[in-house]
Amino acid sequence: MSSSALAIAVVLSPFLALPLVGWLATRRDPAPVLLALVPGGLTAYFGYTYFRVAAHGPFVVARPWAPALNLSLSFYFDGLSTVFAVLIAFIGTLIVVYATRYLAGHEDRGRFFVTLFAFMGSMLGVVLSDNVIGLFVFWELTGFTSFLLIGFEHERPAARSAAMQALLVTSGGGLALLAAAILLMQSKGTASLATLLTTGGLASDPRYVPIVSLLLLAAFTKSAQFPFQFWLPNAMEAPTPVSAYLHSATMVKAGVYLVARMTPIAGGTMTWTGTIAVIAVITMTLGAVRALLETDLKRVLAYSTISALGILILLFGIGTPAAAAAGVVYLLAHACYKGALFLVAGAVEHETGTRDASSLGGLRQTMPATAAAAALAAASMAGIPLFFGFIAKEQFYGAVQLAGAGGAAIGVLIALAVVASTCLGAAGFIAGLAPFFARSQTTPSSHDAPAAMWLAPLGLGCIGVLLGIVPGLAAGPVSLATLAVTGTSSAVALVLWHGLNTTLVLSVVTLAGSVALFVVRDRLWQITWPVGLRTERVYSGVVSGLDRVSRRIAPALQSASLRSYVLTVIVTAVALVTTAVATGGVLPEPRRWTPVHFHEAVLALIVVAAAVSAVFARSTMAAVLSLGTVGYGVAVLYALFGAPDLAMTQFAVETLTVVIFVLVFYKLRGFGDLSSRLVKARDAAVAVAAGAVVMTLVLFVGASGTTSRLAGYFADAAPHLAHGLNVVNVILVDFRGFDTLGETTVLVTVAVGVRALLLIGREKRS
Amino acid sequence: MSSTLLQTATRVLMPLLLLFAVFLLLRGHNEPGGGFVGGLVVAASFVLYAIAFGVEAGRRALLVRPSTLLGIGLLTALLSGVPAVLGGRPFMTAQWTEIGAGPESIALGTPLVFDAGVFLAVVGVVLTIVFTLADVSRPEE
Repeated sequence: MSSSALAIAVVLSPFLALPLVGWLATRRDPAPVLLALVPGGLTAYFGYTYFRVAAHGPFVVARPWAPALNLSLSFYFDGLSTVFAVLIAFIGTLIVVYATRYLAGHEDRGRFFVTLFAFMGSMLGVVLSDNVIGLFVFWELTGFTSFLLIGFEHERPAARSAAMQALLVTSGGGLALLAAAILLMQSKGTASLATLLTTGGLASDPRYVPIVSLLLLAAFTKSAQFPFQFWLPNAMEAPTPVSAYLHSATMVKAGVYLVARMTPIAGGTMTWTGTIAVIAVITMTLGAVRALLETDLKRVLAYSTISALGILILLFGIGTPAAAAAGVVYLLAHACYKGALFLVAGAVEHETGTRDASSLGGLRQTMPATAAAAALAAASMAGIPLFFGFIAKEQFYGAVQLAGAGGAAIGVLIALAVVASTCLGAAGFIAGLAPFFARSQTTPSSHDAPAAMWLAPLGLGCIGVLLGIVPGLAAGPVSLATLAVTGTSSAVALVLWHGLNTTLVLSVVTLAGSVALFVVRDRLWQITWPVGLRTERVYSGVVSGLDRVSRRIAPALQSASLRSYVLTVIVTAVALVTTAVATGGVLPEPRRWTPVHFHEAVLALIVVAAAVSAVFARSTMAAVLSLGTVGYGVAVLYALFGAPDLAMTQFAVETLTVVIFVLVFYKLRGFGDLSSRLVKARDAAVAVAAGAVVMTLVLFVGASGTTSRLAGYFADAAPHLAHGLNVVNVILVDFRGFDTLGETTVLVTVAVGVRALLLIGREKRS
Repeated sequence: MSSTLLQTATRVLMPLLLLFAVFLLLRGHNEPGGGFVGGLVVAASFVLYAIAFGVEAGRRALLVRPSTLLGIGLLTALLSGVPAVLGGRPFMTAQWTEIGAGPESIALGTPLVFDAGVFLAVVGVVLTIVFTLADVSRPEE
C-alpha cells in the first residue's frame, strides 16, 4: 500500500472502524472506553502530519476517481487543516471517553457511537478535503450525522423538530456550497483547493459575486450566523456530548474553517470583508447579550457559542496576519473552555436531573472535581489573566484595533467587541460558577460525577491554564495556521504581558463588566428577548408555507390512481410524438409492404380478437385470459421474427402475469361497470390514438433503415471481448451490466414495496 | 382444490422445469436464454407447485424465504463487480478465466456470477409478490 493510500485510509478510519465501533459500544463496561483509541490514534497521526507540514511544507495526498470531471478523493495537509484535524481528533477522544459514562447502560449506545464516529470522519473530511466537491460531500455528511445525533432521542417531538430544523438550515447552506464549488471549478478550471490557493485573480471574474454570496451563505448557515443562528440553541436537544463536540467544538466551526480557507482565494475585497464584518458583528453582539437572558445552562452556552463563532468568522474574514493569528488562538481557547463547560453542564444534569441555572447552586460540596473543572473553564472564558482565554481576548482586541477601517467604524467595532466579550465572560460565570458556588437553592446531588465525566473537562481546563501561563507553547501551531490562511509567514508573539496599553485597559474593563453582569444575573433573567429579533419566525413561516403549497399541489399530481397515471403518460407521449412528427417533417417514405404469410395473418387476427375480447369481457376470468392470449400471441410474433430471447421472456412473464392477475382479482370480487360512458369514450379515444401513433412509428421508422453503428459493434465485439455469442445477453450482463444491476435493484425494491403494502393492508383490516 | 392430475403432472414437470432453468442460465451467453428468463422459469415452476399443492407447500419446497433470495441475488450481482475493482479495473469490468485447453475449453467469468445474481433476485421478486398476494387473497376465516 502506497503512503498516499495509507494516509487516505487513516483519514477515513472513523468510517472504516464503524462495524467495530457498533460492536464494541454495546459490550459491557469498560470495553467501550477502548473506542477512544481510534480518535486517540488519529490525534497522534495528525500531530505527526503537523510536524511534517512544519518541516517540509504543505502536501496533498490524492486518489483520482473521475479525473475528467475533476473528481478525486484528495486531502490537503497544511497548517490550517492539520490544526483543525488535531483539534477534532483530540476533543473527539475526550468526548468518546465522556460519552461512554454519560450513556452507560443506554440501550441505543451502539447507534450513538456509530453516528458519532461517522460524524468524526465527516468532519475530518471537511477540514482536510482538497477537492471542493469532496469538501461539499463531507460537509453534507456532517449535517446529516448532526441531524441523526440531535434527533438521537427521537421519541421526543422537540428533538425531532430541532433535528429537522438543523438539517434544513445547514444542508440548504450545503447546496449553496455545491453551487459555489461548481462556479469555482468553472472559473478556475480546477477543483483542488491547493491549486486554487496559488492562483489569484478571482475578484475580477464575472462569477465573483455569486461565488462569494454562495460561500458565505454556506458558512453562515453552518456556523449559525445571523439570521440563521436559531437552529443552534434548538440543537441543544441533542445529548450533551454531542452538543459539546458538534455544536461547540467542531461542526459549527466548519463555517469558520470555510471562511478561513476561502479568504486567500476569494477574500481581500469589500464584498467579502464587508459582508462578513457586518454579519459577524451582529451575530457576535446579539448572541452574547442573548446568552445572559437564558437560564438553561446549555442554551446559555449555545448563545455564547454563536457569539464566539461570530468573533471567529470576523477575525478570519478580516484576514490580516494579526487577525488570522488571533482567530487561531481564539479557536483553540474556545474549543477548550466551551467544550469543558458543555461537559460540565452534562455532568450537572446527569447528577441533579436539571440544568436550570436559576435553581442550581452549592454543588461544589458534592461535586468537587466537576466544580474545579468548571471553575477553570469559566475563568478562561472570562479572560482572567493566566488563563488561555485571556491571551485569546488580548489577541482579539489587538486585531480589532488594527483592522484598518475608518475611525468611527473602528470605534464601534471596538465597543461592540468589548460588549460581546463582557457578556461572554458573564455567561461563562453563569455556566461555570453559578451551579457550584452560588448559594444553594436546590437539593445537591449525593455524589460527584464518575471520573470519566470530570476527567475530560478537567483536562481541557488544565490545558487552558497551561497555555495561559506558557502561551509560547501555542505559538508554533498558530503561526503555521496563520501562514496557511494569509500566505505570509509572520512570527506570532504570544506573551502574557504586553505592557500597559489600550488592550490591557479593555481587558480590565471587560472583566469588571462581566463580574457586574454576573452579580445582577437574576434581574437579567427577567428580561424577554424582543420578538423582532427572533428570525426563527421567518423559518417557521417559510416551512409552513411550503407545507401548504405542497398540500395543494400533491393531490393534483399524485392522485394515487394507477389509471390516471397511465392516462397521463400515454397522452403525454402521444402528444409529444405527434407534435414532433407533424412539425418536424422527419417522416421518410413509408415502409414497403412485404408479403404476409397465412400463419402471420392468423396470429395477428388472434391477437386483435383477444384484445377486443379483453375490453368487452363481462367476467374477470375472461378478461385476464384474453389479456394472456394477447401476450402469448405477441410472444409468438417475437419468435417468428427472430427474437427468441424476447419471446421466451414474454412467455414466462405472461404466464406469471395471469397468475398474479387471478390472485388480485380473486380479492376484487365485483367486476362491475366502474366508468361512465364519457370516461369510457375518452379512454377509447386515447387507446386508439396511442395505437395509431405506435403503428405509424413502426411503419415509418423501419423504412428508413438503421444508421446505428451499435448493432454492428456489439455483434463484432461480443465474441472476442465478452466471450459470448448471444449478443442480447452479452449486452445485458456485460456491456451494459451496470444498467441491469440498476434494474435488478428496482425489481427488488418493487417486491419489498409490494409485500409491505399488502401486509399493511392486511393489518388494517384485521 | 386439489387435483390429482395436476399434482401428478407437477411432480414430473417440476424437476424438468428447474433443470431447464439452470440450462437457460448457463447457455445464456451463447444461445437464447439467460438469468432473467431462467429466474422466471424457476418462479413459474414454484407457482405451479403452489397451485397444485397449496401455498404453504410451495413455501416449504422453496426451503428459503423468497425475501432472502432478494437479498442474496442482489448481493451476488453486486459482488460480481468487485473482483475487477480489486484488480484495479473499473467496477464490473468482466473478468474471465479459461478452464481446460483447446476447443473443449470453457470460459468462465464474472458475468456468469452476475447473471446468477439476477437469476436469484428474479426468483425472489416473483415469489415474494405471488406468495404474499396468495396469503392476502386467502378468504379470512
